[in-house]
Amino acid sequence: MAWLAVSLHATIRVQRNGFALDVDLEVGAGETVAVLGPNGSGKTTLLRALAGLIRIEGRVELDGEVLDDSAAGRHVLTEDRRVGLVFQDHVLFPHMTVLDNVAFGLRRDRIRIASEWLARAGLSDKAGAMPRELSGGQAQRVALLRTLATEPRLLLLDEPLSALDVTIRAEVRRELARQLSGFQGVRILVTHDPLEAIALADMLVVLEQGKIVQTGSPAEVTARPRSRFVADLAGVNLLRGRGRGRQVELDSGAMLTAAEAGEGDVFAVIHPRAVALYLARPEGTPRNVWRGRAEDLDLQGERVRVRLSGTVPLVAEVTPSAVRELQLDAGAEVWVAVKATEISVYRA
Amino acid sequence: MSQARIPAPVLALAAAGLLFFLLPLAGLIVRAPWGQVGPALVAPETATALGLSLFCSVTATAVALVLGIPLAVVLSRTQGTLRSVLRALTTLPMVLPPVVGGVALFLAFGRRGLVGEPLHQAFGIQIPFTTAAAVIAETFVAMPFLVIAVEGGLRSMDHRYEEAARALGAGSWRVFARVTLPLLRPAIFSGAVLCWARALGEFGATITFAGNLPGRTQTIPLAVYVALETRPEGAIALSLILLAVSLAILIGMRDRWLGSP
Repeated sequence: MAWLAVSLHATIRVQRNGFALDVDLEVGAGETVAVLGPNGSGKTTLLRALAGLIRIEGRVELDGEVLDDSAAGRHVLTEDRRVGLVFQDHVLFPHMTVLDNVAFGLRRDRIRIASEWLARAGLSDKAGAMPRELSGGQAQRVALLRTLATEPRLLLLDEPLSALDVTIRAEVRRELARQLSGFQGVRILVTHDPLEAIALADMLVVLEQGKIVQTGSPAEVTARPRSRFVADLAGVNLLRGRGRGRQVELDSGAMLTAAEAGEGDVFAVIHPRAVALYLARPEGTPRNVWRGRAEDLDLQGERVRVRLSGTVPLVAEVTPSAVRELQLDAGAEVWVAVKATEISVYRA
Repeated sequence: MSQARIPAPVLALAAAGLLFFLLPLAGLIVRAPWGQVGPALVAPETATALGLSLFCSVTATAVALVLGIPLAVVLSRTQGTLRSVLRALTTLPMVLPPVVGGVALFLAFGRRGLVGEPLHQAFGIQIPFTTAAAVIAETFVAMPFLVIAVEGGLRSMDHRYEEAARALGAGSWRVFARVTLPLLRPAIFSGAVLCWARALGEFGATITFAGNLPGRTQTIPLAVYVALETRPEGAIALSLILLAVSLAILIGMRDRWLGSP
């Protein structure tokens, strides 16, 4: 089948129960956008708005067709939009076989086309099964096929892997990536899993409290987080303050020395591995030295993450042997040092 | 997983409640004058009343399904004052004394009634004291049970199934017929059973609106009432029949229901 290049332009405002969503979104043909954000940030509301399940203020244009235009009173119903919606848990119709589920959205040659989709995914032997007989991973794959079989122009995925077991998530993610690469429409993926976002998306959109706080490629966004949420996802320390020459004055009053700080409102990012811990005050190069207190320790793989309180609250990542040498334990007092060259500063 | 034990007072009260249900049934079975009941059981009037009872209650349930499910759908979609008003209207027959319901039906569908009079003048149709009247009376009293059960099912339903169907391009009718209705099956089934049971036992509205005409409107509850005054053994026989039929159908449906996924 020949896919047409489809692009999406959306200006969406939704007001309800004290929550406001206010988002402008431009997505090119064949692009996968991951919408990241904490719970309650409006991710699902955004998807539901694009699917036409809720009325919005603003305008949504897909492939040159206006789907929503509140000024003109236009609202195309969900069933007429040709959007594909994949839910967190499969939402397969429990009273239909796998084959009937996949055939549900088809108009003609329903059984033949649905069988072909199942065959391509290697799920032919499940055609006659009921959804409850499938494993979680199989069910989610069938749900994806059911949606793709309708050849949507816009594919909306609402945390498609989050309900799955960690053990099968990788497998389904690979399949999802493969299926998405063959799909030429616009793809929007809502997730709170950074791995999912980075594995599947070309562009990240970070949503917080109904507003977009950052957009960019996964690498750009994680390298220069603009919110606590993204910093936590990327596993880095994010500090905010005012730049003056090479100094950053943090909101707490503490001063950071960086290689270059710029002027005005800035973010400073420190990777946990760049945070060094000592029993005695270190001499020499590091410009940034504070007293700190280890609040808790968390073994993650080969590294130990130490949450520090004190002048500058930070997370440090050290080796288990360093923990032994420093006799580090919750409540231990340590010296904290960060080299100026390890602090990256950029405009807020 | 082991559940918390049921406290003794709860068990004791539950036993008392069960006994309260069982004793009248036991009385009916133990004290029945079986020697005289036998002939009454096979009497042709008994078969007539039983047949009429089954016909009317099943027809009333069918009518309630056709009208009640759409009503429940509308009810579940409304909100605020409108919802309160609609709910009150649809559940009114549950709290109204059935005799009052019968009088109201008479004033609506009777020969001088709101709808009955033009109907009679235009087509010569006369509803009261016909089998149709018995069905109408039973439907009026029993339909609320179905509406409430189905509306409850709709409210607790996961509406993402309907959203998924819409996103797959299904219009409102297709969503309703292929997704909503099948998913509502348990609620529809239990609502229909409740509705049918209420219709089977209906007395007050039927005798007021449809009268007590053997073979036309005299269902078993009415026949029991009449028989009690003239030949009590006949009343007991009819009661036993109603009991047996009700139990058999309830148990049969229950098994089928449990057997299906």
